[in-house]
Amino acid sequence: MSGVLVFTEVKDGKLKKASREALSIGRQLAEAAGGDLVAFASDAAAAEEAGRYGAKKVYVAAIPAYTTEAYTAALTQVVNDVQPSVVLFAGTSNGRDLAPRVAARANVGVASDVDRLEWLNGKLRARRPVYAGRAFATVEVTSTPAIATTRPNAFPAEEAGGGAAEVVNVSADATDRVKVVETKVPEAGELSVAEADIIVSGGRGLKEAANFSYIRDLAHAIGGAVGASRATVDAGWIDHQHQVGQTGRVVSPNLYIAAGVSGAIQHLAGMSSSKHIVAINKDPEAPIFRVADLGVVGDLFQILPVLTEEVKKAKAH
Amino acid sequence: MNSVVCISHVPDTESRIKVSGNKIDETGLKFIVSPYDEFALEEAIRLKEKSGGDVTVLTFGPDRAQQGLREALARGATKALHVKGEVSDADSLGIAKVLAAAIKSIPHDVVFLGKQGVGTDNGLVGPMVAELLGYPQVNVITHLEIGDGKLVAHREIEGAEEVLETSTPAIVTAQKGLNEPRYASLKGIMAAKKIAIDVKSIADLGLDESDVLQQRVVVVAMEMPAEKSGGRKVDGSDPNAAAQAILKYIKEEAKAL
Repeated sequence: MSGVLVFTEVKDGKLKKASREALSIGRQLAEAAGGDLVAFASDAAAAEEAGRYGAKKVYVAAIPAYTTEAYTAALTQVVNDVQPSVVLFAGTSNGRDLAPRVAARANVGVASDVDRLEWLNGKLRARRPVYAGRAFATVEVTSTPAIATTRPNAFPAEEAGGGAAEVVNVSADATDRVKVVETKVPEAGELSVAEADIIVSGGRGLKEAANFSYIRDLAHAIGGAVGASRATVDAGWIDHQHQVGQTGRVVSPNLYIAAGVSGAIQHLAGMSSSKHIVAINKDPEAPIFRVADLGVVGDLFQILPVLTEEVKKAKAH
Repeated sequence: MNSVVCISHVPDTESRIKVSGNKIDETGLKFIVSPYDEFALEEAIRLKEKSGGDVTVLTFGPDRAQQGLREALARGATKALHVKGEVSDADSLGIAKVLAAAIKSIPHDVVFLGKQGVGTDNGLVGPMVAELLGYPQVNVITHLEIGDGKLVAHREIEGAEEVLETSTPAIVTAQKGLNEPRYASLKGIMAAKKIAIDVKSIADLGLDESDVLQQRVVVVAMEMPAEKSGGRKVDGSDPNAAAQAILKYIKEEAKAL
């Protein structure tokens, strides 16, 4: 029983950012707990990159599209072979879908959506936000292997400079009772708030659905995702996938720009762990200013178009 | 078509959360049916209205959790089972073991849950129940069609949506957007009062209480986040100056350009 196994995902031949983050914290845990860092992937293309992040081996199951049961079977097989002390999943849609199923099969627990991890006295210790970030629970995982899912953007992705990881093929049974019939991508190139480094969010101050164009224009210019307050989602101005807050996504991007968002308690809980927060609001008393690093009291309809043009100019240089 | 809906009873999302020891201080908190469970319940009631059958609401929790079952019955669920226990003493796998055992005692074609309990925000119980029952799972669902032993579901993933197809019985976890939950009608509230809630203990389900309540993930500390003091506030009445101030911040402090 030693080492750390990380479930990784490959997109367009590259490791997802959240997977690189999980590998990075996984390497630190392996150093503390003893044993190697190894990875699981569905594509041997991950081997070189995973090696750079410190993985010694990559277990590759040739199952093309993610489905829960096929991946549970393949990953369980690797867990049984490797006998790791810790198994990490990046908290992507697939990671969150798979971790509990694998854990239940192994009769172990999961520390879910964690933003800190350490190896302490032979146990995995994690910090996780609860009540959408209004409190933090520190948990100790007592079952083995200790399983955790990591919150995207909470851990820095840092290369360790290793050579390509050794590829170990896993003979996997790809049958699954659930079939992916189709994948619908609504708007080409649209980023998800769950993983984005930059989020531009709009609130009720936008006044109507069409004015989300002010938010979209800046988001596209700066290369960020479009976020939204619950009020705008409930009003039907924008799809709930964009909602940030307690009944939406809890996010921690590098930069969060909130325009016309007053800052209801459940919205603040969902974004206040962002590293840099800019708020634009007409009301100087808006609660959003309590968490903003830079608060601008002004009219978003006048400020955002100028800012969007300035960002475009800065990007062009 | 019979369905089971698992619901949890959680502090209202607008609550001010206070910490007491390793737990949330429940004094004075208003409890509600977890918002994602409301989407699960609504979907099951619509299914019943379309194809008949029973909707059994199931909860694991202390006595106050019966209010959540009453609320669900008032909205249109037809039966209710309360497994009594201090749910905060169990971890997600323990809860899943209780729910899976209870579900086995109820006739069903499909089992609904919210994608996560609001508050604890783990998002683990649905897939764990699926594994314990040996069922296929469709997780974080925004659209559903069920008929003739077949189930088609739209699953939300990062920036896209997957259309999944599977057979029943299956586990469905509900995401916001699946439907618009209804309010209870006065007639529903009156009718619900006549329905007896079935009450069982963990032992009644044939489970070993020490296994169910054996925490594999133990909360060792609970704390409030550090209060943010708020940063600079500037006057934005000149849009050009405001945009320049933001641009400077984005470049120099966030280093995002």
